[in-house]
Amino acid sequence: MFSTVRNTALRQARTQLRSVRPVSLPHQSFVARLLSTLAVLEQREGKLNPGSLAAVTAAQKLGGSITGIVAGSSIKAVADEAAKVKGLDKVIFVDNGAYDKGLPENYAPLLVENIKKGGFTHVLAGHSAFGKNLLPRVAALLDVSQISDITAIESEDTFVRPIYAGNAILTVQSSDSIKIITVRGTAFPAGETEGGSAQLEEGVDPKADTPTEWVSEDLAKSDRPDLATASKVVSGGRGLKSKEEFDRLMPPLADALGAAIGASRAAVDSGFADNSLQVGQTGKNVAPQLYLCAGISGAIQHLAGMKDSKVIAAINKDADAPIFQVADVGLVGDLFEKVPELTEKLKAQS
Amino acid sequence: MASKLRILVPVKRVIDYAVKPRINKAQTAVETAGVKHSMNPFDELSVEEAVRLRERKAQEVEEIVAWSAGPAKAQDVLRTAMAMGADRSVHVQTADGGGAAGDLEPLGVAKMLQKAVEEEKSNLVILGKQSIDDDANQTGQMLAGLLGWAQATQASKVEIKDDVCTVTREVDGGVETLRAKLPMVVTTDLRLNEPRYASLPNIMKAKKKPLVKKALEDYGVDVKARLKTVKVAEPPQRQGGQKVEDVDGMVAKLKELGAL
Repeated sequence: MFSTVRNTALRQARTQLRSVRPVSLPHQSFVARLLSTLAVLEQREGKLNPGSLAAVTAAQKLGGSITGIVAGSSIKAVADEAAKVKGLDKVIFVDNGAYDKGLPENYAPLLVENIKKGGFTHVLAGHSAFGKNLLPRVAALLDVSQISDITAIESEDTFVRPIYAGNAILTVQSSDSIKIITVRGTAFPAGETEGGSAQLEEGVDPKADTPTEWVSEDLAKSDRPDLATASKVVSGGRGLKSKEEFDRLMPPLADALGAAIGASRAAVDSGFADNSLQVGQTGKNVAPQLYLCAGISGAIQHLAGMKDSKVIAAINKDADAPIFQVADVGLVGDLFEKVPELTEKLKAQS
Repeated sequence: MASKLRILVPVKRVIDYAVKPRINKAQTAVETAGVKHSMNPFDELSVEEAVRLRERKAQEVEEIVAWSAGPAKAQDVLRTAMAMGADRSVHVQTADGGGAAGDLEPLGVAKMLQKAVEEEKSNLVILGKQSIDDDANQTGQMLAGLLGWAQATQASKVEIKDDVCTVTREVDGGVETLRAKLPMVVTTDLRLNEPRYASLPNIMKAKKKPLVKKALEDYGVDVKARLKTVKVAEPPQRQGGQKVEDVDGMVAKLKELGAL
């Protein structure tokens, strides 16, 4: 690990080199030694979002120094929280309420300025609604390609990501000078929030205007674990037939297990469940210890979102449903009988 | 006075969502020859939304232009877009074959779209939130960044009145609502609408609608690939398939696997 001063001096040297010779092998190995990552951390109402720490875990796999960045109003508390995150060497904070809602129109210029100033070689954020919305805009402003939703890091310029709804795994090598990357949360578990002692540094604030005005939000209130990070997930599909049945059968099963509730796209489209519960290619990716689903046939778009689960259990009345090809435990039967029975037996055990 | 809407709708031809992709023997790409292709499902939502904006008449829609970059067959999806209600289309021809996007990356597409927006004097671009082949979810955001426009991604509701665009967008855990004045880039989420089927008469009419062909060079932008495909591989297979007789069997098995 370099000391900060030395790191900065070397970084300057590298920047000068880069302008003369864009790509050559010795030069690249020189860059490798100076790898430095900016991890974009999310905050919400003065609290650090632990889900966004997957970026820190991924950054640790890259090696090199790791700097976190947080922005928003009264940001000092969040910065203090972030400074304790294990693996972070430095935390850049920008105190300005204009960044509270994570609007990419002003957040992207903010990142660009701080990336340029810090000379970062890698910029990582979670593949969350925030990261997905923001990072491509940053990449375009820096004129670099982005690598989305990576699940593994092979080297400083080579990354692995699923394509075609997870039906193919692409290994891709980037020739860009700055690697802009979003990270799949379930592939890089959030790091420890204690034990670190990063130094704090105030970041540059370009104070860009945003043409977009944030009006309101409507977030589902839930005491259950968060779907994307829950260790157990119970999920319902079209087989539940109606919203009433979904609401009657799924929450008690989830409660018996201490699980989050998910749903297939069919269930969401039919109005049984809220869109934010959707698991699959176009919804959330989950990889819990246990994924227990009922009335889900197992279309490829759904499997894309859950097949990295440790144990998959399925209840379906169709013995030929594709879900049984991936399920570790399959039960062929009527979910309207089996789910309540399972709920009772699980309750009896706890 | 509110300006007239000039909507640009970029669409992409992808392997049909119901087809299970196969990886070629050399592990360099997904097999595309002889595989059914269709319009990217999110792009159908974009076309539908553009047509509905016209039908809603909250603000006059002067023109809906569909745009696609891809091999010759990408014209099929442009015809589909016109059959759904787009007025005309622009096709940027790329070589057949290549990788997931005919070797075009979202950044290159965004740069071409920036030029297309200038040419067509568009004030609203509606894109799908992601294409289901490379699953990148980047092009709309990149385009908005290049243009310096407002962006609203993963839209589930779009309203435009007097140049003010109000968009409800899907975020983690719920929805949020944003407001911006045109021009704007919007990307569509599944809940936005239900795309219509093109009727036979409309498919016939679409054959007569203008389709302008362009070459990559016409835009004079750098679309060189920055990312090199090292390998495309099968995902690890799961050892599934074990069935149990009853609920007790399931509970016992889950315990055995350490899931309970």
